[in-house]
This record gives sequence, C-alpha cells and structure tokens, in this order.
Amino acid sequence: MSHSEKATLFNKDEAKVNWHDKALWFVREKRDTAAHKVKGWEELRNLASGIKANVLSNLDEYLIEFEEKAKKNGIKVHWASNAEEHNKIVHKILVDNKAKKVVKSKSMLTEECHLNPYLEAKGIEVIDTDLGERIVQLAKEPPSHIVLPAIHKTKEEVDELFQEHLGTKPSNGNPEYLTNEARKHLRDKFIKADAAITGVNFAVAETGGIVVCTNEGNADMGAHLAKTHIASMGIEKIIPKEEHLGVFLRLLARSATGQPITTYSSHFNTPAPGTEMHIVIVDNGRTEQLSRADFRSSLSCIRCGACMNTCPIYRRSGGHSYDATIPGPIGSILSPGKDLTKHSSLPFASTLCGSCSDVCPVKINIHEQLYKWRQLIVKDVKQPFVKKVILKTTGWLMARPKLFNLLGKSGRFMLKYAPRFMVYSKLNAWGKSRELPTIEKENFNQWYKNRSKNG
Amino acid sequence: MKVGLFIPCYINQLYPQVAIATLELLEKLGVDVYYPANQTCCGQPLGNSGYEEDAKGACQVFVENFKQYDYIVGPSGSCIYHIKKHFDILEQTQEVINVRNNAYELCEFIVKVLDKKIEGASFPHKVGLHKSCHGLRGLKLGSCSERMDAHFSTEELLLNQVKGLELMPLNRKDECCGFGGTFSVFEEAISVKMGKDRIQDHLDNGVEVITGADHSCLMHLEGLLNRNNQPIKVMHIAEILNNSI
Repeated sequence: MSHSEKATLFNKDEAKVNWHDKALWFVREKRDTAAHKVKGWEELRNLASGIKANVLSNLDEYLIEFEEKAKKNGIKVHWASNAEEHNKIVHKILVDNKAKKVVKSKSMLTEECHLNPYLEAKGIEVIDTDLGERIVQLAKEPPSHIVLPAIHKTKEEVDELFQEHLGTKPSNGNPEYLTNEARKHLRDKFIKADAAITGVNFAVAETGGIVVCTNEGNADMGAHLAKTHIASMGIEKIIPKEEHLGVFLRLLARSATGQPITTYSSHFNTPAPGTEMHIVIVDNGRTEQLSRADFRSSLSCIRCGACMNTCPIYRRSGGHSYDATIPGPIGSILSPGKDLTKHSSLPFASTLCGSCSDVCPVKINIHEQLYKWRQLIVKDVKQPFVKKVILKTTGWLMARPKLFNLLGKSGRFMLKYAPRFMVYSKLNAWGKSRELPTIEKENFNQWYKNRSKNG
Repeated sequence: MKVGLFIPCYINQLYPQVAIATLELLEKLGVDVYYPANQTCCGQPLGNSGYEEDAKGACQVFVENFKQYDYIVGPSGSCIYHIKKHFDILEQTQEVINVRNNAYELCEFIVKVLDKKIEGASFPHKVGLHKSCHGLRGLKLGSCSERMDAHFSTEELLLNQVKGLELMPLNRKDECCGFGGTFSVFEEAISVKMGKDRIQDHLDNGVEVITGADHSCLMHLEGLLNRNNQPIKVMHIAEILNNSI
C-alpha cells in the first residue's frame, strides 16, 4: 500500500488523528522552548553540520582510527556489510558466550536488521527494555517513531496490552501504575539476562569509546548487569573527537524532546573486569547512499526525530503509514536509497514545506532531497499511465503559449457551464471535500487586452 | 525601472481579481509595469511532481518573456521560489541568471526594492495571515517558528500599514495548509485534514478574512471553507493592500 492509502485509513478516526497531531506538536513546542534558551542555537547547528560533513568525507580514516582505539581498550570490533552479516555476528557472539536471554535497549539499527525475529527463531529470548519499545514489542508492531516508538498508542490501549501480557489490573490507563508494573517486569529481565545489546548514539574516533543516550537508564542497567555487551552501530555514527560531544549532546535531546540533555548519557570505553564488550559496525547500504552526491548528507542524521514532530503530514498520518524502519521526512529520503520501488510513494508524502530542514539539528536539506528523489522516481519506477500522460502533456503545452491559453479558456468554460455532477465526479479528487473556485467571466489576459484597448 | 508582471497560470484563469489588484497596486506605487502576453507557467507543478525535465520548455518560455525586464514581480511566493531555486535545470546563460536574480514576490518587492509604504489602504476587518511555506522558508519572507532568528515578517509589515486592519494571532503561526500542488489530489485525505486544521485555528481566533501571499494555498482553504459553509472569506494580500476607501 502507498503512503496515501495508509494515511487515508489512519484518517478514518479523526479524533485519534487530532490526538496524535497534538501529542507530537506538544513535543515540537517543547523543542522550540528548549532551543530558544540556547544562545547561538543556529550556530550550534552549523557546527554540527560541519562536523558531520567532515566525518562523511573522511569516514574510512575515522572508522579505522576508531577500531584501533577500541581494540586497545579491550573491545572486540566486528564489521558487517549488511543486515544478515550483522545478525550472524551477533548470534555467534551470543552462542560463544552461551547467552540465551538478551535484554536490548533502543536501537533503530537492530530494527533495520530485523535482529529480534532472527534471534528468536534461534531460540534466544530478546526483551526490548525501553518502555515504548517494550509496548510495541508486546503488541507485535514495529515502532512508529524513532524516539517515541509507541506514540501511536493511547494509555488505555497500553493498559489493555499490559493486562494481557503482564497480568496487570485494569487501571483506566493510569500511567504511574502502568510504568511501575513495567519497571517490575523489566527489573526481573535485567537480572536474569546473559547479554545486553545496545545501540550507539556516538562513536568517538579519537578514544574508541561509544556514547549511548537514554532517558530510562535501561542501556546502563543491561550493559552493567550482563556478562556480555554488544553494541551495534551504523558506520555513520562516528564523531572525530570527544569534545564534539559538547555540540551533539546539546543538540540531540533538545531537538528530540525539548530536554536540555537525556537523563543518561552513558560513556562506554572499556569492558568491566570479567565481562566482554563487542561493537558491530554495520554498512547495510550506507556506503551506497554516501556515493549519491545529492543524498549523502542524509547520513548525518543523529536520529532525534525532530523532523517527525514538526512534519504536518507525519503528525496526521502516523509513523506506520510510511512502512519503513525510519518513518517521517528523514525516513523518506533514506528509504528510497534502500528500495526505490517499495518506498517510491514516500518522497511524495510531503508538501515540501521545509520545516523538517529547519528543525534538523545537523541541517540536512531534507525537503530538497525529497524533491530530488521525486525526479529520480518518475524515471526509474513505473508511474500510473494517466498521471504520467497528463503531466507530460501539460509540460508540452506550457512551452506553447497559444495552445496553453486556449486550453485555459476551454477549461474555464467547462468549469463554468458543465453540470455539477460532471465536475464533481469520482475522478475529481480535489472536489471530494473541496469546492472548485467560482469562474469569473473573463481571465486576466482578456481583461488586460480590453483595458489596453480602452486605455 | 521596467517591471515585468508575472501572473501565474492559475491566477490568470481562476483569480483575475488577484492579478488586477497586483497590477493596480504596483501602478499606484509608481511602478512602470508591463505584462508579457505570451507567459504560460513557471513549471512548478511539473517539478514538484518529479517531471522537471518536461518543464524545461516552460522555463525557457518564461525566460524569453521576462529577460528584458529589470525586475519580475508576481503575486505568488511558490512560483517565484521555483524560478529562483529550480531554474537550475536550464543552461545558466546570463539571461537565465538575470531572470532568477530579478524575480520577486510582490510583498518582498514592495518592501525590499521599492522600500515604500502602503498609503491610503483601508480594510477594517479581523485578518488572519497564512504564511505560505515556499514564501516563508524558501524566499525567507519572514522568520519561521522553528528557527531561533529574530522575528520579522514582510507580509505583517505591509498589513500593519493598512488602516483599520486588525491582524489576529494564531495558535500555530506558520504550519503548512496542506495544498502542496499535486499533493492536494494524490494525498487527498491528509491535504484536506491539514487544511481543515488551519481553518479551525483561524476560526478559533476570530478571523474574518484569511489572507496570504500565495493564492494556491488560499484556493485550497477557500475550497474547504465553501464546501463546509464556514464564515471566513479568503483574499490575496494584493487585494487588501489595494483596497482603499
């Protein structure tokens, strides 16, 4: 199904759309307030954008530097060229360490690689420990937002889900009660876990260490309790120096949720005595995206989700309408790079309003890349015949002023005199919920000619 | 100073009153205005749909029509933005470069180039300003709510010069209305919902007339208002600025 078809379904429940829109707009406004408190916010964005551009231009060197330093710190480093390799590597580490129970903190990369079903099929229990992630895991759904994975669920829906899976009492969606129950449930999983998987927010080339940001401390709880810690990262997560965290940590949480900083910004530099730490560095299509001049800066993304919160289409269509690991504006420029045909409707799920590019903490020109993808899609992916013919013919007519004007005149004549049932037929998507403009007796061309004659 | 008047195709056919107001306003401001008769379209609908290659002919016609003028002025931010931003598909001859540099949205032209005040205009109504995205974020006609820049707005500056006009605050100052060209038909459900939400904001704030510098957004909002019989009128900013006692 295309984005517009899924969005149409989501819009059948207008009250829910309103609620979804308001919840995310609230986060967007919190972000505005937080950003306003930072003097030189726009300069900070420039800096972040510059650092990331440097990283993308020197990625090979930084990755090797990072690997060297990490190894010196006693971390085992693995390289995976795609999702399958990543999953195999993670599985082998778990087998080698006789790990049967795994706790996982938030990681969009492992979502992208579909790690959970892979490990579960091999008899390993994987528990997502971020509360939102756990909710969607119990509901057997993918996350609908990269920072707020269960934002599409109301607290009443979570209440029912917990009753079914965690044996909680009906609470009318009492958030405090439900969170406490989730906490008890997750504590038990943490204590029994053999291994912990985390994502990586930043990998520092100069130190070989990684930084993981969470609000719930679940990455720390997992990594500190289990014997084995596996951190999965995309190749683009590198930053050159530790001091650059001063730029990115300030931007990340403010952009994401309007907090000055995430509750936990955890630095993992070396395994604790008696434990193992592994880092899996994954490509999975990233070098290909890097090779596309118009789209390479999409790899600067630090996964804050601000573009989703500000996007008027995302807020009213829900994350699942994008049918991609990363939804929203940033997902709509990343996903076509992975599978152009499958994701060909996404770059069109935008009015090109540009708000995404303005909130982006690393200044990715998202709306301009959406425009660029559109140009490629109509060439490479089969388009509906009628749409294609209409647009191509229009282009031809626009280059022929006399014909174009004639067509305009006849169009006006038709709209003015054709009966309503003909104008507002099923073919007229505009007229389903909107009136067409009333037609004046002459167009401006005619008016101007008459004026010149009389004047 | 010779100014070429650019009237976007849909305004020519569907909203001649907007074109007339633009012309009269510029003339009142003492500008020497010419209207090249052979103009068609800037090619924006094709570009935004992915068919910019097929719009090259239209872009060329545009350049031919307007290359002789010192400035090109039009009452539609998104069309002007398209000329400035996306005429990069043509070979960049001096003529093309000039046309791109000299194209101005009407309000921006009055404020930045003419640097004149609107005198004698009167419009004693409660007005809500719709800040169209391509004008706001593309042409930078004003500061937008997600950036931390100092507040300014070209359209507000002009509207505040109109006697009796009361500019109403909105809850969401610059959210997109959902028109988006062909988006309005290919993503019909979201487009309509976005438009309805914008209108509700204006209704909640006691607006009598919605105005803006891009009539395509206003056409979308007007279509919804008329279908739902809602008590708000829609007028292009040129019509308000040209409105005298």
